[in-house]
Amino acid sequence: MNRLAPALELPLAAMGEMTHRCPLQCPYCSNPVELQKAGGELTTGEWKRVLDELAGLGVLQFHFSGGEPLARKDIVELVAHASDAGLYTNLITSAVMLDEGKMAALAEAGLNHVQISIQGAEAESADRIAGMKGAHAKKIEAARLVRDVGIPLTVNAVMHRQNLDQLAAVIDLAVTLDAARLEVAHVQYYGWALKNRAALIPTPRQLDAATALVDEARQRLKGRLVIDYVIPDYYAELPKKCMGGWGSSFFILSPSGKVLPCHAAETITGLAFDSVRDHRLEWIWRESPALNLYRGTGWMAEPCRSCEFREIDLGGCRCQAFALAGDAGATDPACGRSPRHRDIFSLAVTEASEDRRSLVYRTFAGGA
Amino acid sequence: MIVGVLSRPRLLRHIVLKRDEARDRWVILAPERVLVPDETAAEIVGMADGVATVAAIVDRLAEKYQAPREVIAADVLAMLQDLADQGYLVEGEEAA
Repeated sequence: MNRLAPALELPLAAMGEMTHRCPLQCPYCSNPVELQKAGGELTTGEWKRVLDELAGLGVLQFHFSGGEPLARKDIVELVAHASDAGLYTNLITSAVMLDEGKMAALAEAGLNHVQISIQGAEAESADRIAGMKGAHAKKIEAARLVRDVGIPLTVNAVMHRQNLDQLAAVIDLAVTLDAARLEVAHVQYYGWALKNRAALIPTPRQLDAATALVDEARQRLKGRLVIDYVIPDYYAELPKKCMGGWGSSFFILSPSGKVLPCHAAETITGLAFDSVRDHRLEWIWRESPALNLYRGTGWMAEPCRSCEFREIDLGGCRCQAFALAGDAGATDPACGRSPRHRDIFSLAVTEASEDRRSLVYRTFAGGA
Repeated sequence: MIVGVLSRPRLLRHIVLKRDEARDRWVILAPERVLVPDETAAEIVGMADGVATVAAIVDRLAEKYQAPREVIAADVLAMLQDLADQGYLVEGEEAA
């Protein structure tokens, strides 16, 4: 552990990518380009042991994610196990596999919250992005099932150039679906999304209009709908405090049990992430070399090292630094103080203006 | 909801008050949120079971802490209203 790192906290929350299997093929999927095949996934028994270890380690909230977590036949059993272990449980789902029977079983198992992703407000274009006909209509129906059993709902709307003009309708839809929260999540460009950046990055004008719309809606819907909003890094001036800091309070478990600081961490080649198949979680959290590598501020080079914001953003995103600067220890190019900031801004503007539309869909073949 | 002395508030079913053993404190767990109430706030939320009125909660605390009822009432109402404003409290049923 480097000497400038703050005292290691216990993790507050963790997310499980229960599987990479998914009926959708969204071209900005946060899963890695090299997807884990079903045969390598943790077994039911392994997940139960991990859920117990999570609770013992001080994790309070567990997010069942994927791929599509409902693609696992044992999902209800695992939600029940997590709930019995005292974890606050959240299901992050595409919802196209959610029917009345499954919803009732999940509620009975103690599920606390559901987050449903949507690809827009209009069925035709949303289904095109998802790569699945009829997906949008199924999601709308599933959102009603969630509210019918009294579980609070978050709608996660992934926004980009091809659907950003639907934002007002997306906000109205979240209200209609009786969501308590809406995440207006601009695509961030790692992995699959990086392959599709030219087709997805918004124009600066679109982004400004979206930001103004969110500001207005937050005022108008105060007390009814909370809206979380994240702008795409390419148009930011200061980097985001990615994941609250690398290995700071949160981690992700891959389908095969690797402990990752974020969804995209495996895009940084040369890092070896430890697995719950080889070590106890507590050891991994404290000792895993890959988790310790970018903790705190001791790893920073200039201009980060002497920057007055270094404790505020903890250097932004390591995956982005690797993808755009070729060095995970470099300053995040999203930062105005990075020598590459101007370049990525003009890259975004140029790609947006060329307005290419064709998509590389997420597949197990790796999108080659 | 507006919390008054005759309210019978309780946490929504999916908002959970629990002991965080690993950190030796109370927490209130909500979607994407962890609130950390102090011991007194946790005690109040624990008493807010949808049956007890706020007045009854205040009476119990005034007796337990031997403190003026008005002072306690102001604190309890403010704390519960704050939770209600975040959408975590609902009005309970009257006792059968």
